[in-house]
Amino acid sequence: MNDVARAEVEDFLYHEAALLDAWRLDEWLALLTDDATYRVPSNDQPESDPKAALFTIADDMRRMRARVARLKDPHAHAESPRSRTRRLISNVRIVEQAPLRVEANFVVYRYRGNEDVRTYVGRYRYTLVRQDGGLRIKAREAILDAMELASLGTVSFIL
Amino acid sequence: MSASRIVLNEPQQHRFEINRAALVDAAIFREEQERIFERCWLYVGHESEVRAPGDFRTRMVCGRPLILCRDSRNELRVFLNTCRHRGTVVCREAQGNAERYTCFYHGWTYDRDGRLYAVPGQSAYPPNFNRSELGLKEPPRVEAYRGFVFLNFDANAVPLREYLGSAVENIDLVLDQSPSGRMEMIHGTQEYDNRANWKLLVENSYDDYHLLTTHATWLDYLKSSGVEVKRPEKGHVLPSHGLGKDLGNGHGTTDNVNFRGRPVAAWIPIYGDAAKPELERIRAELVQRLGPERAKRVADTNRNLLIFPNLVLLDGSSVSVRSFQPLAPDRMRVRAGALGPVEETPLARQVRLDSFLTFYGPGGFATPDDIAALEAVQEGLGAYKEVQWSPLTRGMAKQGEQLNTDEAHLRAFWIQWDKLMRAA
Repeated sequence: MNDVARAEVEDFLYHEAALLDAWRLDEWLALLTDDATYRVPSNDQPESDPKAALFTIADDMRRMRARVARLKDPHAHAESPRSRTRRLISNVRIVEQAPLRVEANFVVYRYRGNEDVRTYVGRYRYTLVRQDGGLRIKAREAILDAMELASLGTVSFIL
Repeated sequence: MSASRIVLNEPQQHRFEINRAALVDAAIFREEQERIFERCWLYVGHESEVRAPGDFRTRMVCGRPLILCRDSRNELRVFLNTCRHRGTVVCREAQGNAERYTCFYHGWTYDRDGRLYAVPGQSAYPPNFNRSELGLKEPPRVEAYRGFVFLNFDANAVPLREYLGSAVENIDLVLDQSPSGRMEMIHGTQEYDNRANWKLLVENSYDDYHLLTTHATWLDYLKSSGVEVKRPEKGHVLPSHGLGKDLGNGHGTTDNVNFRGRPVAAWIPIYGDAAKPELERIRAELVQRLGPERAKRVADTNRNLLIFPNLVLLDGSSVSVRSFQPLAPDRMRVRAGALGPVEETPLARQVRLDSFLTFYGPGGFATPDDIAALEAVQEGLGAYKEVQWSPLTRGMAKQGEQLNTDEAHLRAFWIQWDKLMRAA
């Protein structure tokens, strides 16, 4: 199989970011494989295993679907009214071709109500697979740089 | 405003109201630092967080920088993290193991026992300079109950065990989950700010009245995953019977018939089929060790326990140890982690952590809505001068037991708060 080029990966990550920023969550779910995982480790244990350490988020596909269903419900008060987010993704690197492992830096600006902006800074770690001709997400981890969430408060939207 | 006008308590008239200034006013905030936080037993951490000589964790409690650590004899110690010379924090890492604590500013060095070990250029000090008097200071009182370490800034405070009073029975119920009676903090800490007054989180932590409305989506998640959520019986708001209990000294707890999943030992489909035999094994061990009645008490009831003023044990979908530090009238920092039996199998540990995340924490399916609620309250309290009073009277006209959706246990908190604020 031919190597995947960085440009294709970047296009894919930008597309994902655009879906999330637009709250097109069902379309976002369609980018994930059936066995996909989404994780946000605790800030003080950025390199851990959710089987042995407490994470902020450690979803399998079932819980991700439930998360999306929840976020679409107006009774998900933390995101009702919804946050407005804007994701900037940069420094995209393919660190391995098989499996296709990708790392990227992110800045996610989050506006909630009339509050000051909350800025989430960190890096993504992805495992991607090719499926039906396109790329799909098998694993997605958002590792925050902040020592603690502190003034960021919650991760009630999809980071 | 004097604190005596904050809590209006007229039991005969069934009136109990909180003046909202208690949640907003800067002078009251400063006063409660002195009258409550500098006089009550405050949670520092758990003994399992430091295990070997030299292990340390730095903490902030009541604005004081602290080192929770093990000394050279592996005794648990708490030092005030401030150099005796100019005041610098001598330990600037969140956690680790230290042979010595060296202040980087002028190089004063302390050993694991807090003794001042070396002072560069000591000969320039006058003859009355005495190194043995200049060790790291400790809070006036440090005591522990079954692994939970507390401090008190009041040297004359009653012993911790006496302060905890009947709350220990509820702590013991949590610790009975472990065959050896020993639990440990699991790696991974959730630390986050809440833009609300700390007392709002006290109330929220064991007020079950808000469950159906604030956590509607969490209940939907449980239902959709195959958990039976019954319609409330007559006189109830929630799917199961539960009590709210005043435990004295401002402590209180809910005491509920469980309907949710619990790692000890109430399996729900979310845990997966592979975990079913493991949870059956855990329950069998409970029954064998504690007898059927006590085992049922441990596994089939859940509780949210407040240790006055700012420690909460959430023994529900998992066990969370949550404490919070007031930073300003409208701001607090929350620190929460997961507690588990020391002898837990990897599979049981995995279930415990997974179950934790279904409800608790800044990325969970429920806690973010609690935080949103508290922040919405705080915003509304901007009108505290025009809308002065909040009623807290649920269950007040009733004789006998109080439900978890009544407010007797919350009133107990406020009565203790008021008593301390008005004490001489």
